[in-house]
Amino acid sequence: MSIWEYANPVKFMRTSGAILPWVVAGAAICTVTGLVWGFLTSDDYRQGSTVKIVFLHVPAAMMAINIWVMMLVASLIWLVRRHHVSALAAKAAAPIGAVMTVIGLITGAVWGQPMWGTWWEWDPRLTSFLILLLFYIGYIALWSAIEDPDSAADLTAVLCLVGSVFALLSRYAVLFWNQGLHQGASLSVQSGERMSAVYRYPLYLTMLGFGLLFLALLLVRTRTEIRKRRLAALQAREMRA
Amino acid sequence: MIALLKRDLRLAVRAGGGFGLGVAFFLILCALVPFGVGPDSGALRPIAPGILWLGALLACLLSLDRIFALDHEDGSLDLLATSPLPLEGAVAVKALAHWITTGLPLIVAAPLFGILLHLPGAAIPALIVSLLLGTPALSMLGAFGAAVTVGLRRGGLLLSLLVLPLYIPTLIFGTEMIRRGQEGGSIATPLLFLAGITAGTLALIPFAAAAALRINLR
Repeated sequence: MSIWEYANPVKFMRTSGAILPWVVAGAAICTVTGLVWGFLTSDDYRQGSTVKIVFLHVPAAMMAINIWVMMLVASLIWLVRRHHVSALAAKAAAPIGAVMTVIGLITGAVWGQPMWGTWWEWDPRLTSFLILLLFYIGYIALWSAIEDPDSAADLTAVLCLVGSVFALLSRYAVLFWNQGLHQGASLSVQSGERMSAVYRYPLYLTMLGFGLLFLALLLVRTRTEIRKRRLAALQAREMRA
Repeated sequence: MIALLKRDLRLAVRAGGGFGLGVAFFLILCALVPFGVGPDSGALRPIAPGILWLGALLACLLSLDRIFALDHEDGSLDLLATSPLPLEGAVAVKALAHWITTGLPLIVAAPLFGILLHLPGAAIPALIVSLLLGTPALSMLGAFGAAVTVGLRRGGLLLSLLVLPLYIPTLIFGTEMIRRGQEGGSIATPLLFLAGITAGTLALIPFAAAAALRINLR
């Protein structure tokens, strides 16, 4: 039994259909519990109640980057092994990633207004997120512009590879370009804990919840794409008959 | 390869506006900026590096669709793909031809436009070197974008959406270099970064662009 079995659309549909309700339930439980728990925590002594935006902001920002990485991996699998499910998963993930990026930017702006006194600052982190959004938009636009599905999958995969290199390059170029206002990572494996446990545990829960939420949305969207592909195949057969 | 280069250059010259149009566009942009921000040299000087680089970027962008589109229409791109010359080489040559017809004239004209925008004389060498190092990367990345969108009927807008984000690192280091030249600081760091980006794109992008062309010609 290998993971490549799920490259078979029938197998993928059967398995994903079976686990989808559980993923949806898990995502709902984790996200709702985490957000409510986070909302009920006491205010931070300096940031006041605005600290609670973190429970939306950090998971969304984390997922925005992780989804691009997932698209990169899926694109590579498509280019190397030509599994259609992989290409469709990359296609399905892109709009979710773009929405996560927008959530990260908007919640950041809402937090930044009272805390930094500005909605927007050309800070390295903020700017690289804006650049990430541009890459998402370009990727989605290219998918929708090409009619032939296989060419679209190939070209977007190549774009994703080149885009990843340049998104990373922009990330560090931007660091060089302007000094930051954004604080460093609040959670980090190496440097110990810089965040009170009161906020940390709900945050972990919402991060898990957003991960599951992405998985659920991804499965639903990939299943839709596969069904659309089947529908197109049926229609083509109808036309020929 | 040399024959292909000659052919592309000849086409660019004889089709009209190969060398001139990009520079004319650059001139118009530099002439419009003072209308937008005011003729005060104190206002123009700090933004001059950015304007010059943005102008180079846009002038380059406008001529990108010509790299492959015409050859795709009349079928010579298919011939190129089946010729003994590797498609990667053809892409590199076409990007070089694009650079000679748009990048090089811009570099020659840039000091003049720098003076128009009150760029101090000390920054002119940095301006020339930064454009000399940066514009080949612009042409190369543009060739990649053009290769991706070559089959599309209305690829122009999409092309700019795909290519402009890729230009960000080049733009950052290019303008930073002129700014440091303006302030009399050391330009070594942005220069090395810019050279690194250009060398990397020259080495790797032809493969990506050729892969995209093969997909489009399938």
